[in-house]
Amino acid sequence: MEKKLLFKNIDDPEQIRIDVAVSKGAYKAWKKALKEMKPEDVIAEVKNSGVRGRGGAGFPAGVKWGFIPKDSPKPKYLVCNADESEPGTCKDRVLMEQDPHLIVEGMCIAAYAIGSHLAFIYVRGEFVNPYRTMEKAIEEAYEKGYLGKNIFGTGYDLDIVVHTGGGAYICGEETALLNSLEGERGMSRIRPPFPAIEGLYACPTIVNNVETLSCVPHVINNGADWYKSMGTEKSPGTKIFSLSGHVKRPGNYEVELGTPLSYLVNELGGGVPDGRKLKAIIPGGSSTPFLLPDQIDTRLDYESIAEAGSMLGSGGVIVIDDRTCMVWVIERLIHFYKHESCGKCTPCREGTGWLEQMISRIERGEGVEGDIEKIETICDNIFGRTVCPLGDAAVMPIQSSIKLFREEWEYHIKNHTCMVKSEFEFK
Amino acid sequence: MILTDESIKKIKEKMARYPRRKSAVLPALTVAYFQVGHLSEEIYEEISKIIDIPALEIAEASTFYTMFPKKPVGKYLIQVCHNISCALLGADSLISYLEEKLGIKKGETTSDGLFTLISVECLGSCASAPMMQINDKYYEFLTREKVDKILEELRSRA
Repeated sequence: MEKKLLFKNIDDPEQIRIDVAVSKGAYKAWKKALKEMKPEDVIAEVKNSGVRGRGGAGFPAGVKWGFIPKDSPKPKYLVCNADESEPGTCKDRVLMEQDPHLIVEGMCIAAYAIGSHLAFIYVRGEFVNPYRTMEKAIEEAYEKGYLGKNIFGTGYDLDIVVHTGGGAYICGEETALLNSLEGERGMSRIRPPFPAIEGLYACPTIVNNVETLSCVPHVINNGADWYKSMGTEKSPGTKIFSLSGHVKRPGNYEVELGTPLSYLVNELGGGVPDGRKLKAIIPGGSSTPFLLPDQIDTRLDYESIAEAGSMLGSGGVIVIDDRTCMVWVIERLIHFYKHESCGKCTPCREGTGWLEQMISRIERGEGVEGDIEKIETICDNIFGRTVCPLGDAAVMPIQSSIKLFREEWEYHIKNHTCMVKSEFEFK
Repeated sequence: MILTDESIKKIKEKMARYPRRKSAVLPALTVAYFQVGHLSEEIYEEISKIIDIPALEIAEASTFYTMFPKKPVGKYLIQVCHNISCALLGADSLISYLEEKLGIKKGETTSDGLFTLISVECLGSCASAPMMQINDKYYEFLTREKVDKILEELRSRA
């Protein structure tokens, strides 16, 4: 069901001002963590809460923090990943624009937990307004003494720097982000070593998504048990879903994990408009496989969506109605992945190009027999064979589309045109 | 010099925040882009002098990032999102409408140098589709009526 935790203050335009935020409890958790808790207690609490990475991978945040080596003499860094670019996802931007202090507070606590005195927030370059809001919030936090030297008189120092990117999807991948933050081309790195061991400037680094870090103050204020009372056993807490595409009320909705997809799409989103029929749903951003109308009751948690054959990913739910050609959808997506492939790994660099050429050809009505099989072979040769997940992300929707809508692909090749023509007019 | 004193000051301030100078490359490019509207070899040279990183390394990084135009563009750079969420709500027809209104094709600049029209990948505004970015501002839930008004306002401001 709808549950506003991270979105508690989302409708208050004054929430961006630190006095207003503080009057509603902001930075209370930061004070508590710093004055009453040891870093290892903070990590234990977050680990216990079961908060999972909200950027897409779903890896437990507390476990990730625990990978920071305790005996390393090197400085440690915390990086907040605000390079939101997964098509269908637009939640981090809203958090930054509406409740920046929640993110700053989450970053403070996480930095303290891992022993970092310098943290960065990497905001995608196009997000000029969110960037300005974050800069302002951080400036205010310094003025109040929540950042800077000797915070709350504890002797702990922390600086936060807002960094901006240059419009590259790949920089949402943590190792590419770190290269970009170092002033390099945003190409992903081979792991191991993982960033927790060798990340930014070859020092121990934790990269967490905006939404993940926004959960942290709530966990510290109310405890892991309280957090676990929401959601499901394996997917505790709430999650923000960005609902877009063919729905009456698109928007960002926060629900408890485990809420049925039908509630999000039909109750909150108002369903498919104008009496048209649902055809498919992308549940977790453009990289995740499609769900079909008869899977509308799938529960929105990591396990249930995986069982249904897809992924929760970043929570970008894209609704597609029956006027849509699935080859057209895939053409749009493969164009994106081809454009965003960083070029490091041959299977992804070359493969996404071949796929784009072939799929565009089919969409234009120039497909030939054997194309589908060739596409499947290329997909198989990209999947699992690249340094970062962009290769997998590019092929998963293609494989899913061919599996679920093969007759449309065959029709396209045989009849040199779409089975249903996607001609969408803006109003 | 292309970069203004204000831009140079901003770049120096940003540079001071990082443990390593090279991290200031992208912030510097961003400052330059928002001042000039595009990037060039000359700008890389200027940034190189400010942050003491070879111009070649700045160019190397810059050419990776598609947000920065590498050739002059119109005063207003119209970037329409053509990715899936926007496409489902008529991004292609929005692009055609803009082409018609501006009398140019996608990728071109109007003869008065006012508008350049391009289409771009997802801008993270999917739940407010269709949308476009003009310079540093997002315009969302676009309708024909809204587009008319926006263009009119920008023309009158120019």
